[in-house]
Amino acid sequence: MTTQTLMWLIPLPPILAFALIVLFTNRSKGLSHTVGVGAAFLSFLGSMIVFVRALGVEHLGEHPFESSVPWLPLGESVDTYFRIGVLVDPTTAAVLFFVAITIFMIFLYSVGYQNFGQPKGDHDHKGLPPHGGTVEEHGHKHVVPSVEPMYSRFFAFLGLFAFGMYVLVLSDNLLTFFVGWEIMGLCSYLLIGFWYAKPSARDAAVKAFMTTRIGDVFMLLGIAYLYYATGTLTFRGIFTEEVLHTLASVPSEFLGFSAAGLIGLLLFIGTVGKSAQFPLHVWLPDAMEGPTPVSAMIHAATMVSAGVYAVVRMFPLISLDPQTMTVVAFIGAFTAIFAATIAVAQNDIKRVLAYSTISQLGFMIAALGTGAYVAAVFHLITHAFFKALLFLGSGSVIHGMEHGVLHTGNHNVDPQDMFNMGGLRNKMPITFWTFLIGGFALSGFPLVTAGFWSKDEILAEAFGHGHWAVFLTLAVAAFLTAFYTMRQITLTFLGEPRTEEAEHAQETPWTMTAPLVILAFFAVTYGWVGIPEHFPVLGGLVTNWLHEFVGGTLAEHPEAVEFSIIPLLTSFVVALGGLYAGWVVYRNVNSPAEDRFQVPLLKNKYYFDEFYDRAFVKPAYWFAENVVYRFLDQGVIDGVLHIFGPVTDRIGTIIRNYFDLPIINRFFGDGSAEVTQRAGSRLRVVQTGRIQQYLMLALVAFIAIGAALYFFLLA
Amino acid sequence: MVPLSWYLIFAAALFSIGLFGVLSRRNAVAILLGIELMLNSVNINLAAFWRYGDVLQMTGQVFAIIVFAVAAAEVSVGLALVISVYRRRNTVVADDINMMKW
Repeated sequence: MTTQTLMWLIPLPPILAFALIVLFTNRSKGLSHTVGVGAAFLSFLGSMIVFVRALGVEHLGEHPFESSVPWLPLGESVDTYFRIGVLVDPTTAAVLFFVAITIFMIFLYSVGYQNFGQPKGDHDHKGLPPHGGTVEEHGHKHVVPSVEPMYSRFFAFLGLFAFGMYVLVLSDNLLTFFVGWEIMGLCSYLLIGFWYAKPSARDAAVKAFMTTRIGDVFMLLGIAYLYYATGTLTFRGIFTEEVLHTLASVPSEFLGFSAAGLIGLLLFIGTVGKSAQFPLHVWLPDAMEGPTPVSAMIHAATMVSAGVYAVVRMFPLISLDPQTMTVVAFIGAFTAIFAATIAVAQNDIKRVLAYSTISQLGFMIAALGTGAYVAAVFHLITHAFFKALLFLGSGSVIHGMEHGVLHTGNHNVDPQDMFNMGGLRNKMPITFWTFLIGGFALSGFPLVTAGFWSKDEILAEAFGHGHWAVFLTLAVAAFLTAFYTMRQITLTFLGEPRTEEAEHAQETPWTMTAPLVILAFFAVTYGWVGIPEHFPVLGGLVTNWLHEFVGGTLAEHPEAVEFSIIPLLTSFVVALGGLYAGWVVYRNVNSPAEDRFQVPLLKNKYYFDEFYDRAFVKPAYWFAENVVYRFLDQGVIDGVLHIFGPVTDRIGTIIRNYFDLPIINRFFGDGSAEVTQRAGSRLRVVQTGRIQQYLMLALVAFIAIGAALYFFLLA
Repeated sequence: MVPLSWYLIFAAALFSIGLFGVLSRRNAVAILLGIELMLNSVNINLAAFWRYGDVLQMTGQVFAIIVFAVAAAEVSVGLALVISVYRRRNTVVADDINMMKW
């Protein structure tokens, strides 16, 4: 099969799986997950083949794999079409690689996480998490986790989600890119609200949808402006020197931005929504209401990466305007430190990771804002691996804790609260070691982990290009990252079990641990492909493949930044210092009361939810209630109607007294009325009031008249 | 190229299915679904005639879009009525909604 055909085929299996599961196999749980995982595997296979073939091509950046078909006639003449197609350039190939692996892992993991093979729950309802079922074994009863009631539906949603991501990654134009983007928006709504009977999940789903919608509207505006300005939406069409030059030189009417700057800014707002950057970050922590594979899907492999990927894709355009780049760098750096400070004070194991994700995405955005294209892509990929690992690991922990909760039967214990855990390293060794690897990668543990190399590169680039403010902010954020990661590991796995539930936690099945091990492998080794050439001792041992390969996407190959000892030392100090500080502070902490960082300001996320509620939600309700309902509807519209009422009444009285009563009643009067009444009482049998009968009669009459016309006129 | 008649036959079939649904279903939502089918079969005809007629004249497509808009408006009003009726009378069977009948 040619690479081009294969590229067209990659997104198809998940969408077919979605259709198959929804239409045919949703009654059979086993069949549904076979279809789902099988489809994910096919896409994974196709992606790997494309990736390997992309590696074998020299100068892939100048001659990428591409293929397109005419789609919409534009109406200018018969031959002009809006073309859509697929495109694989080096960046796409690198992204495709991690997307395919993580998506496949998530599918596999979901089988175990949703308790396949376990008995049905005693009182499970659709739309609620499973509560556990009783089994009888050796004569005594005990409670075990029960299978998710909507198991098949979950795999259908995952399939649709995967389809959206593949479409987005492989698109050669912004329109289908946006289509994939929106499919994922829908799916994240469906998946966050998967347990729809829980009010919190419902609210979180609506919140995520509404918040990302704000960004998406701006992004659509940006796309429309871009199309208006250039007449094309294909990436290769936009990134020609000529078009970029025109865009950069044409001023827009807005705040002195060039057209390129304004378009870049609008597209970037879309990313802010999707990647949960400040100020649209509020939806992502709430998205933790969904089942854990969803968190991994949303956070690591797909949706939020898609936001960064959008900026990566549009980088040649966005980097044209220094003003826009400043905004991007500022938002990224601010988000990185802002979210990191919140993460320090969260107790829910998944919420810590959610804020950590926001913070790490901030790193990437800041890197892009400082022009560090390769570093951003590098961190995007390594982050996807270790964050998927951490999310799946946290899911495994929660699953193990739920086992403990079912064992003791005390449902008041929150299996996600880290203060209820402790000492899990002995109970869940595989989860512990993989989580440790993921956590160290996130913290940037020097030399060994992938996170170190990518984060170090971002810091080095920021330092090397003289962005001092960004460099310092990111360094502090990196310290906090290591600190809260170690806090999480210490509270969860180290020390002694703090509750009876943690005593009885249990290692999870192989479908859950196998993805952890595979992702842990990549969380370590993926860093080695991007070791800078000038790095002391290690540099040059392995060629800096990533820089060569991904850098080839851009028209001007980016220069590797000069090696400097300061950012390297910073990386070492913040990572090790943060980890050590986290361990020292939290090794003896056993309850939230002993935790000195539980500051109300941080605990309540700087009161942003409350602020948005006051500033936007409440005013919207107030506007609807007072302006639309009371003023417009009741005041204006009803008011006008109330004027018509009396006037019409007066006219009516006049007509009645001087026309109706004397003339109608006297002359046509009761006689005709009686005639009509008699006729009416005979005829009313026909008026059954059933539209369907009327329609049936009309159809019969229509056919009869048609037949008569045909018979008499034509025959 | 697929001949025009195939589209017309397909649209006619779809129309008939919709008509059957409207005539035979008792559930108000299902009746609305039938109406949607009939409207959309008309859209197929419009698009097909446009494609096989003068392609540069966009009338067929424009009409189809107008039909979409009308259909969307109609179904939102219809569903709102159905929900409202359901809340009051706890049924969506068209025959049971007979308060206004003699």
